[in-house]
Amino acid sequence: MAEEHYLELSENPVQFEHASSVNNVFFDEANKQVFAVRSGGATGVVVKGPDDKSSVAFRMDDKGEVKCIKFSIGNKILAVQRTSKSVDFINFIPDYPHTEFTQECKTRNASILGFCWTSWNEIVFITDQGVEFYQVFPDKRNLKLLKSQSINVNWYQYCPETAVILLSTTVQGNVLQPLAFKNGNVSKMSKFEIELPVIPKPAKLSLSERDVAMATIYGQLYVMYLKHHSRTANSPGAEVVLYHLPREGPCKKSHVLKLNTTGKFALNIVDNLVVVHHQSSQTSLIFDIRLKEPDCSVNTQQPVLPARSIHPYRIPLSGSAVVPSQPPVPCQLYSSSWSVFQPDIIISASEGYLWYLQVKLPPTVKLLQDKGKLMDFLLRRRDCKMVILSVCSQILEGSEKAELPVVATVFDKLNQVYKEYLEAEQSYAAAVESGPSRGAATQKRPVRTQAVIDQSDMYTHVLSSFSERKGVSHKFIIAVLMEYIRSLNQYQITVQHYLYELVIKTLVQHNLFYMLHQFLQYHVLNDSKPLACLLLSLEGTYPPAHQLSLDMLKRLSTANDEIVEVLLSKQQVLGALRFIRSVGAHDNVSARKFLDAARQTGDQMLFYTVFRSFQQRNQRLRGSPAFNPGEHCEEHVTHFKQLFGEQAMMKASTV
Amino acid sequence: MLMISPKMASGMQEKQYTPCLLNFFIYNPTFGPREGEEEKKILFYHPSEVEKNEKIRNVGLCEAIVQFTRTFCPTKPAKSLHTQKNRQFFFEPEENFWIVMVVRNPMIEKPNKDGKPPTIEYQEEEILDTVYGAVVRQCYSMYKLFNGPFSRAMEAGGVELLMQKLEKFFYRYLQTLHLQSCDLLDVFGGISFFPLDKMTYLKIQSFVNRVEESLSLIKYTAFLYNDQLIWSGLEQDDMRTLYKYLTTSLFPRHSEPELAGRDSPLRPEVAGNLLHYGRFLTGPANLKDPEAKFRFPKIFVASEDGYEELHLIVYKAMSAAACFMINASVEVTREFCEQLDGLVGPQLTLLASDICEQFTINRRTSGPEKEPQFKFIYFNHMNLAEKSTIHMRKTASVCLTSVHPDLMKILGDINCDFARVDEDEEIIVKAMTDYWVVGKKSDQRELYVILNQKNANLIEVNEEVKRLCATQFNNIFFLD
Repeated sequence: MAEEHYLELSENPVQFEHASSVNNVFFDEANKQVFAVRSGGATGVVVKGPDDKSSVAFRMDDKGEVKCIKFSIGNKILAVQRTSKSVDFINFIPDYPHTEFTQECKTRNASILGFCWTSWNEIVFITDQGVEFYQVFPDKRNLKLLKSQSINVNWYQYCPETAVILLSTTVQGNVLQPLAFKNGNVSKMSKFEIELPVIPKPAKLSLSERDVAMATIYGQLYVMYLKHHSRTANSPGAEVVLYHLPREGPCKKSHVLKLNTTGKFALNIVDNLVVVHHQSSQTSLIFDIRLKEPDCSVNTQQPVLPARSIHPYRIPLSGSAVVPSQPPVPCQLYSSSWSVFQPDIIISASEGYLWYLQVKLPPTVKLLQDKGKLMDFLLRRRDCKMVILSVCSQILEGSEKAELPVVATVFDKLNQVYKEYLEAEQSYAAAVESGPSRGAATQKRPVRTQAVIDQSDMYTHVLSSFSERKGVSHKFIIAVLMEYIRSLNQYQITVQHYLYELVIKTLVQHNLFYMLHQFLQYHVLNDSKPLACLLLSLEGTYPPAHQLSLDMLKRLSTANDEIVEVLLSKQQVLGALRFIRSVGAHDNVSARKFLDAARQTGDQMLFYTVFRSFQQRNQRLRGSPAFNPGEHCEEHVTHFKQLFGEQAMMKASTV
Repeated sequence: MLMISPKMASGMQEKQYTPCLLNFFIYNPTFGPREGEEEKKILFYHPSEVEKNEKIRNVGLCEAIVQFTRTFCPTKPAKSLHTQKNRQFFFEPEENFWIVMVVRNPMIEKPNKDGKPPTIEYQEEEILDTVYGAVVRQCYSMYKLFNGPFSRAMEAGGVELLMQKLEKFFYRYLQTLHLQSCDLLDVFGGISFFPLDKMTYLKIQSFVNRVEESLSLIKYTAFLYNDQLIWSGLEQDDMRTLYKYLTTSLFPRHSEPELAGRDSPLRPEVAGNLLHYGRFLTGPANLKDPEAKFRFPKIFVASEDGYEELHLIVYKAMSAAACFMINASVEVTREFCEQLDGLVGPQLTLLASDICEQFTINRRTSGPEKEPQFKFIYFNHMNLAEKSTIHMRKTASVCLTSVHPDLMKILGDINCDFARVDEDEEIIVKAMTDYWVVGKKSDQRELYVILNQKNANLIEVNEEVKRLCATQFNNIFFLD
């Protein structure tokens, strides 16, 4: 069971002073900072962020109970809400006056529900009657109203990543109005209505803030609505309903995630997975909204994996210097004191911890039996590479060996992602080449994610060790290698020659030369000089490799020199000469090389013929049959004269 | 187009006789060394009606010739004996086992005036040793494919069993020999490969591997399309013989039913169940038949320790045929055949239509084929690949050629010349009938071209052949 926990809390949580009667704790989702405010700030405010840089400690005057406290982006300005009418500001920019200044909300009789920073100096007040968008001037210590919207608001949610605020409107609260903030502008996105399980009579606020969250999943903004089980409806359990909020266009109900149980739930988004925590069973479920292509307008999904609890967590005793030997205390998971924030934050205010929720991929391998589905799942995860490669090894070897069609499916899935990356890279390169004027600026260099598993990854981590493994039948090894090559070809990816070498090595090891011959005959192994040379080296054990190699060199059409070398080494001097003539390179070849080879054969007539042929060439090129000194043919001239006499030498043409 | 023989045209009364089989016998001189026991040497004799003493005489003569010629060259005994009326071919496939084939020379019967009996003119030089020598060797290979070597029968049941097996096999096999249409292709004994793009080829690989994995009884697989080989899991030599059997015997016998529906691949889906066109060419004709017998021909192929015996299952869907070979010690059951049918049938049907599609695309892109000015035969000794535009489709009975036998004879002669030397060579012949015949040998490859350009000179013919090589053989290393 232990290795089945696929969710875990981050190892190094952010620690802060736990909430108490004198210490109020606040969390800012935008900067991911925890504020511990002691006695209204008078005895200190400690801000802890995800890293040390964003951690700050300071003091402020106790001017009443703090309702909300947040830094602007970059810790420039601190905003503190103490009343429902106004927000106070303190500069944190060095050299600027530190005295607080205050902004009251403009709308009469409105009470401020909260505020959100949208940049280092822009802030939105959300009141029960609408929103007010301000620019803060820290130097002048005042604010300027940029925009305001009048609308009745029950509650709101803020998604800092996209700077979208979601407002709950109408009496029942189920009509949601998203507003997008950007560079001093507010744009109203299309509003939408959430279907309530029961329509209350008389009408009353029925959509709770707790049941709605916003998050970006796979780069798209979604509103997640936790739809509780209702006795009247036929649904067997609660659901999470996802509404897709595109930048433009209407919002659409896109996914229904089936929880198959009831009770208290909380949502997180980790690595683009929707995580649903279930308090009573102390387990969590995960959903991958991409796992099934939507074939109907609303995609109903079941959890990817069976429910499991978060990996047990032990709290290292703080102040370890006090009692270092004391063992860490197990932490109570799914505690009612937990608060869950988007996307992946879990806070235990009573214990003073902030964790990031993480997905552990290795346990998922065992839990997801369908290898195709598993690959789909893994390929979309961030740190997937090593897990994918280990799955590849696992399906090829040992007890969990899969059948070829499964292996083929896995390869196809890997290569599809690989191909998409190659194509993106290619079109980027093309755009760069066409110059900065034409769209190169708009096109970003494609990011190579871990899901891009290329041939060298497969070779290094999977195939080379697999092919050398004892106890695996060579038939299976070859079938797997061919399947991988087939898959690469199917996606029109150029196969690297080391894969061919692996195939050849395996075939040669098992004396399967005829198989190799057939592969080459159908050009399954692409032509290349290294491959041709490899074939040449096999000639000793398998003579036809010579012909195969020459054919390959010929097809390459850039290997004429190599062909000549091969032929000369076989003492096929005339053949070499005829070949070099047929490709029109006769004028440029080294006469000495040919004469050396001809002389080595010991065939005098052959030597005569070759010698004459070059004399004729010299005549044609330079008007004289004599060899240039640079050609170093003197010894051959002497040899020729010795054999055939001075008179046999071709005389300079008199024509 | 069949050429009309000029000889036939010249005199209506003349009658021409093609070469034909006179005798075919197998003997082992060690089986009856003593006088009066000569008959024991004879293991098989065709025609069987021949009188006993004549059989003994003929065998004795062969034995004597072989013994006599051995004194000149102990390692290479005589291969053939030329006489005016016939020619004898000797082949010793296994120690002391001799196969002899006697072929009557082609002859012309010329009628004489005044009621005299017609004069018979034997054409002693018309037939080639290489061609008929190859035919004898083929006979043995074919016997061995289905029965294993002679020594196997000897070990299993002595001379008696061997004689039974020889009788059973050659009685039928000799009837299928058509000596008049034997030619250069018999010398090569090549394999015609189906041209295919890489991707489709890889799909076939994948298919073969998957079938061998899920039906682990299958030891070897061969894949053919349109009677041409695409993949062989068997070694080259065994494949050569099996290929010969498939294409000249098994496939022609089963070709009729599918001629109607060829090239119209349909994939009708009925209730989610893919219909397929797969059927067994060996074994049960109909799986549904409760009486169906699950007996398959057995073949013998070379293995590390001699030879191994295998069931040969040939399964075909449209033009694609797969041969599955299973260790003969395993019984092939109905369940297995049903499993194979269920697994292979749909996949093979799909593959067949894929291949057909690819093939038509390729044919279309390469343009409409014009009737070329030349015909050729290509053979590569390395992979046994052969290609002929001279020969028509082979049928069960005869192999039709589109050129005159005289030209075929020239090709055979050139081939003999090539066989004598190791060097690359080129021979250009102007035939009597104004055809040019060109033979080229480069490394292990041979190419024979027949050009129909009577006014061309040597240089033009040479150029033409160069052009042919550049277009047809540009992706191989073929010196010109």
